[in-house]
Amino acid sequence: MSANVNTSLPLEYQSGQSRMNILGFWIFLGAEIALFATLFGVYAVLSGRYAGGPTHQDIIMIREVMIQTILLLTSSFTCGLAIFEMRRGNKNELIMWLVITLLLGAGFLYMEINEFIHYVHIGASMQTSAFLSSLFVLLGTHGAHVTFGIGWAILVIIQLIKRGLTSVTARKVFIIGLYWHFLDVVWIFIFTFVYLKGLVL
Amino acid sequence: MEKSAKGFPTSHVIGFLFSLILTFVAAGVALKTSLSFTVIMWIIGSLAVIQAGLQLFMFMHMTEGEDGKTNIINIAYAVFVAVVIVLGTIWVLTSGHAAH
Repeated sequence: MSANVNTSLPLEYQSGQSRMNILGFWIFLGAEIALFATLFGVYAVLSGRYAGGPTHQDIIMIREVMIQTILLLTSSFTCGLAIFEMRRGNKNELIMWLVITLLLGAGFLYMEINEFIHYVHIGASMQTSAFLSSLFVLLGTHGAHVTFGIGWAILVIIQLIKRGLTSVTARKVFIIGLYWHFLDVVWIFIFTFVYLKGLVL
Repeated sequence: MEKSAKGFPTSHVIGFLFSLILTFVAAGVALKTSLSFTVIMWIIGSLAVIQAGLQLFMFMHMTEGEDGKTNIINIAYAVFVAVVIVLGTIWVLTSGHAAH
C-alpha cells in the first residue's frame, strides 16, 4: 500500500493505491454513463405515449425545474471549491464547502420529492402511461443517486473530522467529488432532453 | 495538477459562470423562440454537450494525473456506448422493425 508514494503530487494522488482507486472510479462512472443511456433511450422511445393521460405541458413546472437546476449547478461549483481548498490543505474550508454542497443537494432533493408528490396529486403517477413510467424511472434513478451521494458524503465528512486530512481521506473526498460532478452532468441532459424538449414539443 | 493551488479558484468560477449562461441560453432558446423543433433540439443538445464537457474538464480535472489519457479513452468509449444505446434504441423502436 505505502509503496510507490510520490509526495510531489496532490494528497489524493500520492499512493499507488489511491491512484488505482481514482482510475477505478472513473471506469465506474463510464458504466454509469451506460446505465443512464439505457434510461434515456427508454424515455426517448416512450415519451410520446401519453395513453390519454397528462402530457409534458400539463405537468412540467418550469420555474421549479430552473430552481432545481441552479441548486445542482451551484452545488457542483461548491464541490469544486471543496477540492480546491483540499489541495491548499485547508481542512476547515474543505468541510465547510462540502457541507454547503450537501445543503444545496438536499434542497434539490426536497424540490424533486415535492415535484413527484405534485405529479401524483394531479393524476400523473408511474402507472398512468408509458411516458410517465419512463419519466419517473429516469428522474427517480437520478434522485436515488443524489440521495446515496448525500449519505456517502456525510460519512466521508465524519472521517475527515475524526482522522484529519490524510492521503486516504483526501482520496475519498476526491472520489465523492467526481461522483457529485457526474450527477450534475446527468442532470444537464435530463434538463435538456426531458424538461426543455417536453416544453418545445 | 498543482499541489498547492493558487489563491483564487479562477477556473472554477469561470466554469460555474459558463454553466449558468449555457443553462439560461438553452432555456431561452427552447421556451422563448419560435424556431422549428429540429433546430431548437440541435441548439440545446449542443449546449448540453458543451456544458457536460465543461464539468468534465474544469471541475473533474479529467485529464490530470498519470491516468489522464486512460480517463479520456474510458469516457470517450462510454460516450460512444451511450450514443449507440440511445440512438440505436430510437432507431430500432421507431422505424418499423418491430412490425415485421
